[in-house]
Amino acid sequence: MGEIFKVAIIGSGPAGLSAAARAAALGLSHVLLEKTDHLSDTIYKYQKGKHVMATPSNLVLRSDIDFEAGKRETILGIWDEQIGGHKVNVKYMAEAKAIRGTGEAIPGSVQQIVTRARDGTKNVTELQRHAPPYAIELTSGETVMAENVVLAIGTQGNPNLMRCPGADLPHVQYQLDDPTEYVDEHIIIVGTGDAGIENARGLAEDPAQRNTVSILNRGTEFPTAKAANVSALMADHEAGKLTVRNESETKAIEPGFITLTTRDGEIRIPCDRIIARIGSAPPRAFVEGCGIEFTSEDRGAFPRLSPVFESTAPGIFVIGALAGYPLIKHCMNQGHDVIEFINGNTALKPADEPIIAAKFASLPGNRSTEEWLEFLRAGVSILNGMNPLQMREFMLDSEAKFYAPGEVIFERNAPGSSLFGIASGSVAVEVNPADPSITIPIEAGSIFGEVGLISGRRRGATIRAAEDTIVVEISRLAALKLQSQVPSAKTAIQRISIERQLLQMFGSGLTREDVAPLVEAARVEEKRAGEIVVTEGADDKDIFIIRRGSMIVEKQVGEKPVFLSYLPAGSYFGEMAVIDGSARTATVKAAIKSEVIRLPGEGFLALLDKRPALRERAMKDMAGRRATNAFIESRKDEFSGAVDLYSQTAQFLVDNGIGEATDVLLIDEKLCIGCDNCEKACADSHDGLSRLDREAGKTYAHLHVPTSCRHCEHPHCMADCPPNAIKRGPDGEVFIDETCIGCGNCQRNCPYGVIRMDAKPPKKPSLLQWMLFGTGPGPGEASYSWRKKAAEKEGGQKAKQAIKCDMCSGIDGGPACVRACPTGAAIRVSPDKFLTFAKLTEDIE
Amino acid sequence: MATKAVGKAGAKTGGTGRFSQDERRRDSDHVSFLKHRGFRWLWIALLLSGASIAGYLLIDQEPRSNGGTWYGYTLGTIGFGLILWLSLLGVRKRRINPGAWSLKAWTSAHVYLGLALAVVGTLHTGFQIGWNVHTLAYVLMLLVIITGIYGVIVYATLPASLSANRKEMTRAQMLDALTALDRQLESAAQPLARGEADLVIAALKQDVFHGGVLARLTGRYPRCATAIAMVCLDGGSEAEKRVEALLVKRHAQLQQIRGALRIRAMLEIWLFVHIPLTVALIAALTAHVISVFYYW
Repeated sequence: MGEIFKVAIIGSGPAGLSAAARAAALGLSHVLLEKTDHLSDTIYKYQKGKHVMATPSNLVLRSDIDFEAGKRETILGIWDEQIGGHKVNVKYMAEAKAIRGTGEAIPGSVQQIVTRARDGTKNVTELQRHAPPYAIELTSGETVMAENVVLAIGTQGNPNLMRCPGADLPHVQYQLDDPTEYVDEHIIIVGTGDAGIENARGLAEDPAQRNTVSILNRGTEFPTAKAANVSALMADHEAGKLTVRNESETKAIEPGFITLTTRDGEIRIPCDRIIARIGSAPPRAFVEGCGIEFTSEDRGAFPRLSPVFESTAPGIFVIGALAGYPLIKHCMNQGHDVIEFINGNTALKPADEPIIAAKFASLPGNRSTEEWLEFLRAGVSILNGMNPLQMREFMLDSEAKFYAPGEVIFERNAPGSSLFGIASGSVAVEVNPADPSITIPIEAGSIFGEVGLISGRRRGATIRAAEDTIVVEISRLAALKLQSQVPSAKTAIQRISIERQLLQMFGSGLTREDVAPLVEAARVEEKRAGEIVVTEGADDKDIFIIRRGSMIVEKQVGEKPVFLSYLPAGSYFGEMAVIDGSARTATVKAAIKSEVIRLPGEGFLALLDKRPALRERAMKDMAGRRATNAFIESRKDEFSGAVDLYSQTAQFLVDNGIGEATDVLLIDEKLCIGCDNCEKACADSHDGLSRLDREAGKTYAHLHVPTSCRHCEHPHCMADCPPNAIKRGPDGEVFIDETCIGCGNCQRNCPYGVIRMDAKPPKKPSLLQWMLFGTGPGPGEASYSWRKKAAEKEGGQKAKQAIKCDMCSGIDGGPACVRACPTGAAIRVSPDKFLTFAKLTEDIE
Repeated sequence: MATKAVGKAGAKTGGTGRFSQDERRRDSDHVSFLKHRGFRWLWIALLLSGASIAGYLLIDQEPRSNGGTWYGYTLGTIGFGLILWLSLLGVRKRRINPGAWSLKAWTSAHVYLGLALAVVGTLHTGFQIGWNVHTLAYVLMLLVIITGIYGVIVYATLPASLSANRKEMTRAQMLDALTALDRQLESAAQPLARGEADLVIAALKQDVFHGGVLARLTGRYPRCATAIAMVCLDGGSEAEKRVEALLVKRHAQLQQIRGALRIRAMLEIWLFVHIPLTVALIAALTAHVISVFYYW
């Protein structure tokens, strides 16, 4: 066995490179292991000329290698040069297969590895950890020895390989860099996930390439792909652009041909290239095998780390995307810091120290950053389970604020999805909008704002500080992360939210003690879109509260189901059957993926018996609902056409995702003259790019749902935004701020296809210049060629960023699309106001 | 601090904040430009016309009703102002920011005040018509109003058929569908004999947008090569049957595209008269005003 390095760094992405450069600068004996023959494979595989962004801009870069926003080629060039300059010891084609300690067994340090089979059964294996030095086994059979290991392998994992005979032939590939590279080829795509579908469509996109593209699907469904991708693929198939081969699998591969097993037997067809996109093995199994524990069994969980990035295996450190930091700057800073820590520099403050210190600067009390973090952690009960590193990370997405007595923390009807924790002091909730003097206190240690977090709806009440109060405002993202990291926090938030929802719904007469038995018996259940919660005619007796999502109520009249009403989050249903003991009078089903709280009917009845005021209130609500149902049913006899229209239009809108919208653009095609002035006004209000496509989208009974943002209650686009650039603004709009790095995740995640990636074009000549002299492209979005030419004159196109509707935030008068419609065809509505009989059968002309 | 907060809350619920503005928008009734705000501009236009007529009948003008009396000047000034303002719709349409404008409200006002202009303008002439620049301006004004009436009628009646014809397809998708059919036709026509193949080639080669304005407006394309090929092929062999079926599909797709073109042409053609006439009207009107003052 050769040299034992002080540190071995696995992975040469931004984090690994920065760590290696630091180790080289400090003169530590080190080795950088890279599995390919070039540095930074993930960025290397970006498409040619891609602009790489450097966010967050307020974070200082602390690294021996440089990085600023620029083209992929420039950045890789600089890194290659500087890694060479630092004399970093790089070992290429070195893929780590396993890491194990070669010292003595560490007493009591046993790693439990849980593997889950497809059928849901669990298998637990135990691994005894051993002390350093570590032996890193490479796939080549070599072994590298090191006292410390820095794991910077990212989250990409390794692609799953094909296993049929001939799978090792050179024309089988697992990656498609540039679809325009291939012409005149017979290409088979294996795998119908999003990657496979996108590759297949890319290759078949331009008929001038004359590729014959087929995509193999093992079954007939596409369970792992997004619906939008599947429908686009099927459209391409119908249009003859490519072929979808269902129930087909590869049997053998040979040069020029492929043999498939299909439902109708074997076929052998010409094939010049195979692109297999059959998923990748997440690096988790490998990481766990090194003795590194994760915070939970959750698929999105990260390794459990100390404040210096050390994992549960002593001497193995985890940084970068694998540690939960997807942004390049964070990664590079961690690379630098982790080597400093390994080198014994324990006094080093993290690079984000100034950012966090700034968050505490305005608070009274003059504490240090560490003291503040501890103050919040100990003061707010749901934060008790966190460690200092988690607290630090948590604080990056949160804010600490001080409020004087009487100061408003948030107002009723303001949008907001953040959660608040009270670290000291207390707040007062104004439960009655008509009389602000009636308040309910919430004490220190507790939380508020959880309804906005869970339901995505506006704040239900105004909340003021009752005394000098310090709160921590936890962004939606940080709150979600907290719940996955700290299970006890999750249960606490759930319990409090159920209790508050009950208190808020049934009025001020109730106390916490009254609802305690109900809270105890409550169960939170998740419902798929379209799943039935209550069936008409059944005699079950539970009551439901919609926690998130929305429901629709239907009743069978004659042969057809008739749409009765739309229930947004925060409403309850099922009380009729409980109160009068009858069978269910209507069917209630989820309009979108939703969560309901199930309360046992007996518990509710017991509460009604105890509180006559509540019974009265429930009877009143029930009478109101009965009246609506009766009205629609009576209409059914007299104006059956109108009821059918209403029912079917409402169903159509729900099918098109209106159920999760907060503000959606609809076009009445009985009025739309197709002038596209809405698109033009949109472009002219927003940097010259339109954020809506009027023509695209579905239509029913002349009501058209164009491709335009619905500002969802729980925006899908926010799910995976590396710089957290997607936020909900003060007027409820979901917008993307300037920190967007142009990765395109939001565009892929949006089920409605409303996000486009484009470069902000240069300014057009003014309207007057166009009207009088014809200069410039005129109103509306300029053609691509004009934008390109004008940008080149200004020194090249800007980087592509994600753009979407921001509801004309900050523009006087509101959405320009609606205001610019000459005939009144364009309207923006919210489902709870629009999905009513009166609105849907309105006579507009 | 507390009072400041209350003030802010008050402003929000009081109705000037963006949220209450948005809520009003979401709550508002959904009506067309003709019905805007309970026919507000119709009532204003009727009031203007009624007042003009009443004034004309009741005020004793010496020596006779004429553009040159004080009442004539009043009507003329109102008419001139209206014409200038009505022509500004073209600017407002293209410049919706800054300012909380609603183009629907402008269109509504444009329609009804434009109709009232016919009354005001006619009374301004005092029914004195001749071969001069004054009458030219009057006639141009009437032509602009008449083309405008056509516009209102098509705006109110045609959109539903435009939507029905579209069948959820965008214009680009219609052309894409045609391209896909063409590709299939090209390969299906390979086994055909020379004569039949030529028919198919002629159909494929013909520009989708062939035909003049008349064809656009009527939707009739007598020289459509696809229709001709459809008639001439009689579907003897298997290959011919396939080609014929594809030609039928192609023809149906062409019909949809042509239907869209026809309706859009009808929705737009009047603007090619309305707007140049408006420019001419403003020129004639300027001449009319200058000459009146010159010969005062």
